[in-house]
Amino acid sequence: MSATVFASSALDALGDVADGATVMIGGFGPAGQPAELVVALLEQGASGLVVVSNNAGNGEDPLARLIQHGRVAKMVCSFPRQVDSWHFDAAYRSGAVELELVPQGSLAERIRAAGAGIGAFFTPTGFGTPLAEGKEHRRIEGVDQVLEYAIHADVALVRADRADGVGNLVYRKTARNFGPIMAAAARRSVAQVRDVVPVGALDPEAVVTPGIYVDAVVELTEVTSTEVTSTAGTSTVGAVAAGTEGLV
Amino acid sequence: MSALDTAARRSPLTRAQLAARVAADIDPGSYVNLGIGLPTLVADHLATASGIMLHTENGMLGMGPSPEPGAVDPDLVNAGKAPVTELPGASYFHQADSFAMMRGGHIDVCVLGAFQVSVSGDLANWSTGAPDAVPAVGGAMDLATGARRTVVMMSLLTKDGAPKLVERCTLPLTGVGCVSRVYTDLAVFDVGPDGAHVVETFGTTHRELEALLDLTLGPAPGRTR
Repeated sequence: MSATVFASSALDALGDVADGATVMIGGFGPAGQPAELVVALLEQGASGLVVVSNNAGNGEDPLARLIQHGRVAKMVCSFPRQVDSWHFDAAYRSGAVELELVPQGSLAERIRAAGAGIGAFFTPTGFGTPLAEGKEHRRIEGVDQVLEYAIHADVALVRADRADGVGNLVYRKTARNFGPIMAAAARRSVAQVRDVVPVGALDPEAVVTPGIYVDAVVELTEVTSTEVTSTAGTSTVGAVAAGTEGLV
Repeated sequence: MSALDTAARRSPLTRAQLAARVAADIDPGSYVNLGIGLPTLVADHLATASGIMLHTENGMLGMGPSPEPGAVDPDLVNAGKAPVTELPGASYFHQADSFAMMRGGHIDVCVLGAFQVSVSGDLANWSTGAPDAVPAVGGAMDLATGARRTVVMMSLLTKDGAPKLVERCTLPLTGVGCVSRVYTDLAVFDVGPDGAHVVETFGTTHRELEALLDLTLGPAPGRTR
């Protein structure tokens, strides 16, 4: 993997995304969602996307709008249904978007496996449930287990707190969630960060995602998209997305 | 049981009493995951000196209570996406590590809500089976199957009066044979390969429970009927 590129805008960092690409989008709800990179994806125009993300958008956030505008052919996620997931709900009910529902731990491990070069693994999670129907299973050490395949992606979009000059990343609190494993699982990984610091400024002991996994970084100091309040569902992510209305 | 006085045991438990009853069975120093909904109430009844460490599957150990107004950090949320705080000794980790912790049997106790539990310990808590519902599972299946001990906390009856402890679950399963104990407002049950046993009753009797649930229930441990 070649050296990390530092881009001047989210769109430049995103680069070319082909129609039909598989795109991993980090975040657990708004926490850790790379909102500006998803806005760039809206702007960039790729369609027929397979999106791998824990949720399927909240309110008018950029992921929800990607779905609303018919750019997503399939969602791979664990928890699409939210009180404010109306764009996904409508697209799912109309058949416009296909859903592969995956238990959250299996989703995480399938992503991790891809990054680690593991083709598939057996896990007890889901055995005997509707989500294991049609899947190969085997009894291992006395426990029934389900075969789950790795999930690879063409592009991963993640949000970290800081990057250094070689693309090492550190995250902030529970916003870390899917970032490290998605960055490793995609052929091309793009990180938006609050701050880029010089090489040597991050404690090597504290680096969470080594720069080898990171292809492009964009510094977005004025990130307003993750502001939440204790009022459920309130988020200014919608304001960011609303700004892209003319683009799609 | 120290949290409950004798009078309380002669009537069904309130939600707070039920949470206290669940908390009373959690050993000091345990690593615990509390599911979304009713189980979150258990946190209010864990003594701060108990050394119990709460896990939230979105990537944290050492989760603290809700923040004061004005101290909300958008990067610090629980599995229900509600703002929380960190306690001394907290740690953060990514999703695969968080679920390895769960799936690898490192979490001592997981307390989950349920739509239905079977006498053999099958759990149904992720889908109402409604044909037009948008499905969502989250970490429910991993939590149910992965923890060293999975217990359920629920009302014994639905709002319509239907039993939630059943011979066989009719709703889509979350896990097979994964639940070992069921805490309800009317009784505590042990469930498993040998069927359901009454551990304790609240304002009802063993015989009344059998009639209510239309089940044959084993006696409390160490007691004959």
